[in-house]
Amino acid sequence: MRHIISILIENEAGALSRVAGLFSARGYNIESLTVAPTEDPSLSRMTILTSGSDDVLEQITKQLNKLVDVVKVVDLSEAAHVERELMLIKVRATGKDREEMKRMADIFRGRIIDVTESTYVIELTGASSKLDSFIAGLDAGLILETVRTGVCGIGRGDRILKV
Amino acid sequence: MISGAEIVIRCLQEEKVDCVFGYPGGSVLHIYDALFKQDEVRHVLVRHEQAAVHAADAYSRSSQRVGVALVTSGPGVTNTVTGIATAYMDSIPMVVLCGQVPTAYISQDAFQECDTVGITRPCVKHNFLVKDVKDLAITIKKAFHIAATGRPGPVVVDIPKDVTAQMCEFDYPKTIQMRSYNPVVKGHLGQIKKAVQMLQEAKRPIIYTGGGVILSDAADKLTRLAQKLDFPVTNTLMGLGGYPATDRQFVGMLGMHGTFEANNAMHYADVILAVGARFDDRVIGNPEHFSSEKRRVIHIDIDPSSISKRVKVDVPIVGNVADVLDEMLKLLDGGCKTDPEVADWWKQIDEWRGRKSLAYRQSNHIMPQFVVEKLYEVTGGDAFITSDVGQHQMFAAQYYKFDKPRRWINSGGLGTMGVGLPYGMGVLMANPDAQVACVTGEGSIQMCIQEMSTCKQYGLPVKIINLNNGMLGMVRQWQEMFYSKRYSQSYVTSLPDFVKLAEAYGHVGMRIEKPEDVEPALRKAFTEHKDDLVFMDFIIDPGANVFPMVAAGKGLTEMILAEEL
Repeated sequence: MRHIISILIENEAGALSRVAGLFSARGYNIESLTVAPTEDPSLSRMTILTSGSDDVLEQITKQLNKLVDVVKVVDLSEAAHVERELMLIKVRATGKDREEMKRMADIFRGRIIDVTESTYVIELTGASSKLDSFIAGLDAGLILETVRTGVCGIGRGDRILKV
Repeated sequence: MISGAEIVIRCLQEEKVDCVFGYPGGSVLHIYDALFKQDEVRHVLVRHEQAAVHAADAYSRSSQRVGVALVTSGPGVTNTVTGIATAYMDSIPMVVLCGQVPTAYISQDAFQECDTVGITRPCVKHNFLVKDVKDLAITIKKAFHIAATGRPGPVVVDIPKDVTAQMCEFDYPKTIQMRSYNPVVKGHLGQIKKAVQMLQEAKRPIIYTGGGVILSDAADKLTRLAQKLDFPVTNTLMGLGGYPATDRQFVGMLGMHGTFEANNAMHYADVILAVGARFDDRVIGNPEHFSSEKRRVIHIDIDPSSISKRVKVDVPIVGNVADVLDEMLKLLDGGCKTDPEVADWWKQIDEWRGRKSLAYRQSNHIMPQFVVEKLYEVTGGDAFITSDVGQHQMFAAQYYKFDKPRRWINSGGLGTMGVGLPYGMGVLMANPDAQVACVTGEGSIQMCIQEMSTCKQYGLPVKIINLNNGMLGMVRQWQEMFYSKRYSQSYVTSLPDFVKLAEAYGHVGMRIEKPEDVEPALRKAFTEHKDDLVFMDFIIDPGANVFPMVAAGKGLTEMILAEEL
């Protein structure tokens, strides 16, 4: 099962390596990981996309909570939440493909943020599955480069992760 | 204003640390200079940094205080890693202070630089790099706090040399609050009530306890609870001494080399009360085989991640063992009525006991089990026993009947050969008048044998019980049983003359070759040579094996017993 783990962690040197080290030492899976300071600069918020059985997930949250720098851990996917990922994708845009790329970007509500004679850079935001669909919808030969931020997410409504 | 180095020493004084184990070097010279100018904190100069950490670890194990080691940067730190990992696996509270190259040199591949925080990270409870002298006192405060609270463990503080030279006001906080670190202490009362109810309904109960009982100083509470219920008790290797081994209710150690009765009682119990123990692979054997029996499990542990990790738990209770047992006792004091069928269970256990699974064959040579039995008699069962790792460790655990906690000092989790002698040093620094015996073998003892020199310098009269079979015994046992007697690299030749070696270090050496000489030699060592380190080289039967044995991957009830071979 796919899970999104959100972590509030002291914004200190080495905090990321403690989390990454825990995942590698115990053989847990990291599909994506994002981290940045919050509105309180002494805290970082980390979002980890992982997968595993319920038993594994229980251990992941327990082990994360055990790290001394970790303030709070929540499995976002346990309840209502929204998730987003940002992708920048550079595509070949020449001849008839140029118009087709523009059309695809529009359909997916992407924005073209860089233009040259032969390429576009398209910015696309959404759930990971939307980004996957976009990639699947393109002719693979036209994709020059992709970069994705990994998932970040937040609980809906009153579900708030705060100190 | 005082220097960072003086702050380090003042912090140790504030923490009432009376002794640190260490080894000086370039990056810690300022700290050693500050140490020189005072006499509250004693320093024990080891011969290898690994021994400093092991000794600090044993100081802690034998005294409930936090052990402290002090080493220099680079190789000083890397030499401590085995000791830190050893303490981490057994949840021992310890603070390791390490020198580091000056902050401006960090990342420059400076002389004796290493990434201390990175290297130690996977085997510490937490670690710190102090980059500003203003953070030094509070960081050391945090280190002691983290090491000793919650599930204890080692904490490393890495201190660059320039930080120890800078000047700063000294202000040691009395208490510390950390928003990210608030370990649970009190157990959930509803869960505790459920557990007490379940215990009173049990027909085939067992109380299974581990190192958590020792660490939270809950042995007396556990004993009261067990005796109130009149339930059988088994201890893990780390839990020995948590319940008096000479008591009728004690069924012995369980696990790979546990007794027939303990392993059967654990397997066939309908209710298990697990207290500060973690169902590890050496304890329950094959987890699928273990799960084949239907039962209910109550698990008390301070670390939530230990619960339902390997065995599904029905009543989890997160909390400090001593506090939770207190609550249970309070509830049971209000009326305790156990199931009458427990009497049948006791009959069954006594039948299992009748197998006498710790009986061993007689020999013209000295049997190692016999040495431990005699050691028990001669020391009145009241010594601190340290051990290394291997057959001798199991013999000590099986045949020395520990009635008190903190008397059995060994590396249970990591299984570190070489700990025995430095453990003896740590025990003696914390308990200067105690009888201390290090039960070891000719393989393990040579991994830290240089510490005989430290023992001479500080007058530490460890009695080294060397069970010498000329083999790496436990390796040899597995090769005999599972590798068709292909004794690959388990035969130790060119052993030193241990008697002469002990004498060369200024100690007393004895070689004992006949069974009838065992007891007189031990008596001599513990009376005439009470204040000497005595190296007792017992030449033992080379074929002696540890039984019962649950082979790796087998179930708890699939034991190999001595008489079957």
